[in-house]
Amino acid sequence: MASTGASRGGAASPRPPQGRSSRQDKYSVLLPTYNERENLPLIVWLLVKSFSESAINYEIIIIDDGSPDGTREVAEQLEKIYGSDRILLRPREKKLGLGTAYIHGIKHATGNYVIIMDADLSHHPKFIPEFIRKQKEGNFDIVSGTRYKGNGGVYGWDLKRKIISRGANFITQILLRPGASDLTGSFRLYRKEVLQKLIEKCVSKGYVFQMEMIVRARQLNYTIGEVPISFVDRVYGESKLGGNEIVSFLKGLLTLFATT
Amino acid sequence: MLKLTQWLWGLGLLDSAWAALTMGALDLELSFPCQEVLWPLPAYLLVSAGCYALGIVGYSVATFHDCEDAVRELQSQILEAQADLTRNGLCF
Repeated sequence: MASTGASRGGAASPRPPQGRSSRQDKYSVLLPTYNERENLPLIVWLLVKSFSESAINYEIIIIDDGSPDGTREVAEQLEKIYGSDRILLRPREKKLGLGTAYIHGIKHATGNYVIIMDADLSHHPKFIPEFIRKQKEGNFDIVSGTRYKGNGGVYGWDLKRKIISRGANFITQILLRPGASDLTGSFRLYRKEVLQKLIEKCVSKGYVFQMEMIVRARQLNYTIGEVPISFVDRVYGESKLGGNEIVSFLKGLLTLFATT
Repeated sequence: MLKLTQWLWGLGLLDSAWAALTMGALDLELSFPCQEVLWPLPAYLLVSAGCYALGIVGYSVATFHDCEDAVRELQSQILEAQADLTRNGLCF
């Protein structure tokens, strides 16, 4: 599997030395959920399995935005099964958006690394040990899962979706030259302080928020490593990518182009 | 420097170089074939860039990896997870 690192920036921002014992590292997974009653137990089970098999110290922070389908009740059951030191419930009253969910989650994270991912099983936790390995290998501030390089890929996309995705990525690479192959991906490992810093600086929403994080990270001379991942789109029956989303993506892209 | 600024600078530079050469502002005695080529060069480069873009996007769509194994693995793990969780007392 081809893992690629990105280039380093000029002046280095202070980076912790690599000699720190990996036994002291703790990984906090932020799981913002909305109506994930069915998927939540499965993703938690997979996370626990991946972490336990690799003897990694972890916690899973579930940030539920007042889901009406009973996600919270399921989360409470999971907390009982796996323990409240592993499963942290930090719900919110209503749907408030991803950026604020991350901020909320970080406040309660006791790990020194934070992993963000989707809770709908499109991201598989088995890649997390690879993220960790990659991070240690290059002492990266961020490790991003990429669908566009190496063994990375997608299941469940038709031709039209693939064209839009590759086309958008091409335009993004040309305009922003970001040094990362998958900007809209949301399966990433961050040093906690790096994530905190970046969220403070980011102003966009949705797909563009994820893009802006990487662009700002490059501005601040953070280093970014990449690991190929597989993305399993289980909602491929519905039209998840409407005209509206494309327009707002382009608007966001042009804004980043003109302001960074 | 902003990305936009970089682009404007780069394009501006190329544009002014081309304009200077085609209008003979630099007093260079360019041979006639050179001048012939220079005039349509920007249009040619633009179309080439478009073809290049199409080629790249087409190639990357064609080689977009379809993760069949990932789905199979996920599906079997889902069954395993459901069984294990039910054993542990989870009510789905």
